[in-house]
Amino acid sequence: MTSTTTSATAAAEASREAPVTGRQLRRQLGAAVRVLLILTVLLGVVYPAVVWGVSRLPGLHANAEGSVLPGGSSSLIGIDPVPANPAADPWFHTRPSASAPDDAIAGLGPADATTSGGSNLGVAAEDLGTAVEERRAAIAARDGVDPSAVPPDALTASGSGLDPQISPEYAAQQAPRVARVTGLPEDRVRALVAEATAGRTLGFLGEPRVNVPELNASLLSAAPGARSGVSGAG
Amino acid sequence: MAGFAQVGVLLVLLAAAWRPLGDWMARVYTEERDWGVERLVYRVVRVDPRSEQRASTYTVAILAFSFAGIVLLYLLQRLQGLLPWSFDRGPVEAGVAFNTAISFVTNTNWQSYVPETSMGHAVQMTGLTVQNFVSAAVGMAVAVSLIRGFIRSRTDRLGNAWVDIVRGCTRILLPIAAVAAVALVATGVVMSLRSGVDVLGPDGRPSTIALAPTASQESIKELGTNGGGIFNANSAHPFENPNPLSNLFEIFLLLVIPVALTRTFGRMVSSMRQGVSLLAVMAVLWGGMLAVIWTAEATSPSFAGANMEGKEVRFGIPGSALFANSTTGTSTGAVNSLHDSFSAFGGGGAMLNMLFSEMTPGGVGTGLYSILIVAIVAVFLAGLMVGRTPEYLGKRLGRREVTCAVVVVLTMPALVLLGTGLAIALPSTADAMTNSGPHGLSEVLYAYASAANNNGSAFGGLTVTSGFFQTTLGVAMLLGRFLPIVAVLALAGLLARQTRVAPSTGTLSTGTPLFSVLVAGTVVLVAAITFLPALALSPLAEGLA
Repeated sequence: MTSTTTSATAAAEASREAPVTGRQLRRQLGAAVRVLLILTVLLGVVYPAVVWGVSRLPGLHANAEGSVLPGGSSSLIGIDPVPANPAADPWFHTRPSASAPDDAIAGLGPADATTSGGSNLGVAAEDLGTAVEERRAAIAARDGVDPSAVPPDALTASGSGLDPQISPEYAAQQAPRVARVTGLPEDRVRALVAEATAGRTLGFLGEPRVNVPELNASLLSAAPGARSGVSGAG
Repeated sequence: MAGFAQVGVLLVLLAAAWRPLGDWMARVYTEERDWGVERLVYRVVRVDPRSEQRASTYTVAILAFSFAGIVLLYLLQRLQGLLPWSFDRGPVEAGVAFNTAISFVTNTNWQSYVPETSMGHAVQMTGLTVQNFVSAAVGMAVAVSLIRGFIRSRTDRLGNAWVDIVRGCTRILLPIAAVAAVALVATGVVMSLRSGVDVLGPDGRPSTIALAPTASQESIKELGTNGGGIFNANSAHPFENPNPLSNLFEIFLLLVIPVALTRTFGRMVSSMRQGVSLLAVMAVLWGGMLAVIWTAEATSPSFAGANMEGKEVRFGIPGSALFANSTTGTSTGAVNSLHDSFSAFGGGGAMLNMLFSEMTPGGVGTGLYSILIVAIVAVFLAGLMVGRTPEYLGKRLGRREVTCAVVVVLTMPALVLLGTGLAIALPSTADAMTNSGPHGLSEVLYAYASAANNNGSAFGGLTVTSGFFQTTLGVAMLLGRFLPIVAVLALAGLLARQTRVAPSTGTLSTGTPLFSVLVAGTVVLVAAITFLPALALSPLAEGLA
């Protein structure tokens, strides 16, 4: 034991490393630049090109180019529709967005889809409290419900500002208004909501959710007049 | 209940990958034979793959490679106007380019820019994606060198840095990333070379949605524990993380290599117990912090009821808490929800994960060498307390070895506390905060914790575009990355030169549950001693107010 310890120390003391010379430094730097450049070709050109090429395959292509619905909008991106007549609003609405225009009520209204992001407000921030109360009043008035009944996802801005989905509770709250304004039977609207609703993936992943772009697209084909906002009570 | 099932499935997937991936990585770094494509690389760059380097040369190679990476990435950004697929996104502003170059080379991947408006596809692919790979490969190379220090004796050779970097890319990162990228496209992640897609809303209003070659960068962003998003909203963006399935897959990707490296370690030191005892530390701290963040987010009262500010409906509270805990416990820093909008203890938990020096389970390579350093400190502390000979894995821990370890342990706290103190002393910092009071201090503390740990997540409310923040955060990232690397490689060199000593009755038995407790205790103790005063003024003050 003692002897091995001593020899270990001796070995460590004896072989102090020679300092790195300028020549070695230049050699390593040269190798560094060459390795970096060749890896840039492999990982920065060939690899993305191959992944891009594979993503052209049928079944992947639509996803790769943004999951655009046949009707026009993307099923993955939630951009709030603007009602032609705010008093008779025929659309399902997405969550508030931090990138909505400044003149919108506290983030209600269409997001700017060319960028993404959230409010970054802390839970105790006064600004957030004010925004939540403004949204609560505006949404309750629009849907004709009790302000305390508006669900949390309707009152808070999403992380991306482009969240395409809302909770089933928020969709259920909007359904009677949509039915009234579009003139569709409420049962029909509820059926459309059900079609756009996804449960937890594989039964345990994520949360139940309603895809608003898909829902509005199917609403438009069921009630083509919705776009002008003139059908029904409008 | 569904949330628990999600955690359970994640753990099962990680457990399934642990053995094959860990064994494979051990083979990658010990096998003699080169692949054809690798031989081609070595021939082109004129490197002899069989020549081994001393610790000093190995260190110089790693530093030179990183320095070259910073220069190239800076130039690519500044010359963006000349590159294809840039869509009139002109040269990136000098301060942003400096900060971003350092950020991606140090595996931090902090975003002080809005990608949709400032980074074109050419810079994303040839600049940022490449560093996503190679910065991770560098982390693994350093970790493997430290393991070699333990298993070799009476040699001054640590291995060949170029071989370790190239193999890390060709045999580990690239194959997994390529398969994962295609799988991500299948879940709905975009992979487009167009700048955007024009769509028509149901109301007939046109809008343009930004697109990018996302999937190829998204997979390595998670797998290499990098975290820089190709969109501003990062993994909260529906094009980066479209549904709960992609969310679970991304969490799996960012955890899988750091977790499996514990098996690689156990295999290389020929004692699986040693690897498992470190994995246990990682798992217990990860699980404990998950409970903190999840509970805080699920129960915190907010103006709206449940705290959904900054979160996406498809992930909900469990999916957001699981991601936040995993991204800050590794050095990833990708986010699927905005940590600034978390409750006091939820955001504080994410910050604490980083202040543990990121080893639950830590970044790719960095996590393993960080926890090995703490293990060394723990052995040393035990030596002082109960009079054991300070030995770990058959190597004596003398004054010089422990000095190297202490340099690694102290670098990060020094950078975080000095940086935060300096920033808070400046009157202009108050204007840079979105939130005031204790939460404002949290924004600054989080920023320096993220930079010095090379995490890259942020309390995004802090505006860091000023010259002061770009520079000091850049320096924190640089020193937080390379001071520990230099110290770890020096330590590896010292260990490799020693002769192995046989365990005696005075040797503390490592690789046991008791040792795991000792290491976990050291992690918590060091963080508590250094950061409790700062945390008391920020998340604790906010949460208890």
